Amino acid sequence: MGKYLDIFVGWFGYRLDDWALLTFGTILNILVVVLPVLLAVAMIVWVDRKVWAAIHLRKGPNIVGPFGLLQSFADGLKVFLKETIIPAGANKFLFLLAPALSLIFGLVGWAVIPFGEGVVISDLNVGILYLFAVSSLAVYGIIIAGWASNSRYAFLGAMRSAAQMVSYEVSIGFVLVCVLMCVGSLNLTDVVLAQKNVLFGVNGYFFSGLFPMFIIFFISALAETNRTPFDLPEAEEEIVAGFQIEYSSMSMALFYLGEYANIILMCGMMSILFFGGWLPPFDWEPLYAVPGVIWLFTKMFFFFFCFAWVKMTVPRYRYDQLMRLGWKVFLPISLVWVVLTSGYLVFFGRLAS
Amino acid sequence: MVTAITFYIFATILVGSAIMVVFSKNPVHSVLFLILAFFNAAGLFVLLGAEFVAMILVIVYVGAVAVMFLFVVMMLDINFTELRKGVQDYLPIGLLIGFILLAEMVIIAGGWTMTDGIATAMTTATPPASEVTNTDAIGRVLYTDYIFLFQLAGLILLVAMIGAIVLTHRKRDGVKKQNIGDQVRRRRSDAYEAVDVKPGSGI
Amino acid sequence: MAVLDHAARTIFLTEFVKGMALTLKYFFKKKVTINYPHEKGPLSPRFRGEHALRRYENGEERCIACKLCEAICPAQAITIEADIKEDGSRRTTRYDIDMTKCIYCGFCQEACPVEAIVEGPNFEYSTETREELLYDKEKLLDNGDRWESQLALNIELDAPYR
Repeated sequence: MGKYLDIFVGWFGYRLDDWALLTFGTILNILVVVLPVLLAVAMIVWVDRKVWAAIHLRKGPNIVGPFGLLQSFADGLKVFLKETIIPAGANKFLFLLAPALSLIFGLVGWAVIPFGEGVVISDLNVGILYLFAVSSLAVYGIIIAGWASNSRYAFLGAMRSAAQMVSYEVSIGFVLVCVLMCVGSLNLTDVVLAQKNVLFGVNGYFFSGLFPMFIIFFISALAETNRTPFDLPEAEEEIVAGFQIEYSSMSMALFYLGEYANIILMCGMMSILFFGGWLPPFDWEPLYAVPGVIWLFTKMFFFFFCFAWVKMTVPRYRYDQLMRLGWKVFLPISLVWVVLTSGYLVFFGRLAS
Repeated sequence: MVTAITFYIFATILVGSAIMVVFSKNPVHSVLFLILAFFNAAGLFVLLGAEFVAMILVIVYVGAVAVMFLFVVMMLDINFTELRKGVQDYLPIGLLIGFILLAEMVIIAGGWTMTDGIATAMTTATPPASEVTNTDAIGRVLYTDYIFLFQLAGLILLVAMIGAIVLTHRKRDGVKKQNIGDQVRRRRSDAYEAVDVKPGSGI
Repeated sequence: MAVLDHAARTIFLTEFVKGMALTLKYFFKKKVTINYPHEKGPLSPRFRGEHALRRYENGEERCIACKLCEAICPAQAITIEADIKEDGSRRTTRYDIDMTKCIYCGFCQEACPVEAIVEGPNFEYSTETREELLYDKEKLLDNGDRWESQLALNIELDAPYR
């Protein structure tokens, strides 16, 4: 952060007082993370559509810009020119607040994601808890949207979403407990550093007894972000578009932005918690020459590909199946794994003091 | 200075939204104000340096409990204005109870005496905050000195949960249930058999 | 043993992995998309698209106003009025096709004894107003002139099978 401050001091020729400088620097820091995230959202939507298309034996968007890269921007522009319709009987304030909330909760999580050692907006002591809290708040955008729309379909979508997210948070919580017991800290930088050379020179907890937890986390992340096979809140065939049904124009675009920002955040969480974040995949000196951010982005991209891949492979769960998977399968497994992990750590004296 | 300003902002919004929880006409708005109040309380905890408690407050209360509140309140669709009609009738009793509670609190606060040295013990955290994070500190006391109470609280919650399930769960006859294990276990060889049928003869 | 086998299948999510492998295989397969406005798929000579009224090589219109097409049209989309011209030949004064009614069954071209009304290979004639889809004789003859080479080729190609 000091670097930006110096740049600013250079620009203005005089020193602002410390408080203003701090605020300025923080805002700049936020922009440096948020703008690329929003850009990444636009690009990742394109990647998403390309992957779906490839699996369908289609080519996908390829007209706007080279390889159709600018498709998302064209869509954004189109959506921007549409009329924002507020349904009769809708709660206007909440109706417009909901998409904004959904985007905000998609973005605030990035505050604690470390892009390299010390390259993070806020190196919170409780980074994992913060991320967990933020991901559990994402449900509010959807619930409020569903209620404020004054529509049965939207309401059904919101109810499904609320029940679904609360159920899957439980297993995500236990998975996080497993990881943070191994690390001995709630700080995300520590989480990454602890994954150096876990076993046979591989960086990342996935290459250990925590692999099943990674699978559970991945599937729960799908449920948390309302992706297929868990996209019941917006199931097109049953409740049309669920909570989004009454939204048009920019308010709908904000939902999309928020949803994808959340998905990328989840990909980042998986990379950091299980795949060693900015560390290269193997603990081998030449690999460290590649900047850590590139490793992190590669891992996130891989997980995003998996998200799109899963979406094209599996059909949607029925509601009772979804609840069964969350409560009767994931919860017991992750709970047992917490006991196993803590038992292992205590027995072998690996518990971080 | 900044801390003071932030404190007042958080505190004002907290108190304001807490009042709105009671006074807003729409129950859903009440719950939303409650969530706002939780958030600001979490902000106050962060200002105190208790970021663990703040995060747990957000995760547990905002992320789970308030979602359930909202869920129930939205589903119930009770006409709360109808319920509020009798407010004037109950006002004297309400005021009386409020007054009694206030008086009790005043008596307690007035009769409060502190043991010697407790003031310094309260201001200096054990163990010192500079050495361990507050997450660590909570863990150290929670799983040692207060382990019995902690387990007891957990057991009470477990009993409450099981009780709720026992009370509401009913077995219905004649309901077809899906056995996913069986479905997944089913192979092609279990389900079909290719028979070479000669012309002119049955199976 | 069977129990172990089932358990292993469940624990290692074999069905799921199989499905994922299948979709991944398709991910790398050759794509079948045709970039439509720039590339077009092949059309059969029998393709039944937009209607056209053809002329003889000397410029005389083929239609003799026998009204067979009007009679056979199941959607009753065709309206014909006929009169005797100055040279004594019987010709249509009005030949309208309501393209919004037409079901593209191709009976009109089957019925036509002189191969005057045909359904050509053109399928890109969407309009912005409904009225533009009510074709009159002028429009149909114009279509015939524009597509004649293609129409003649299609009739020739299809002739052995009639």
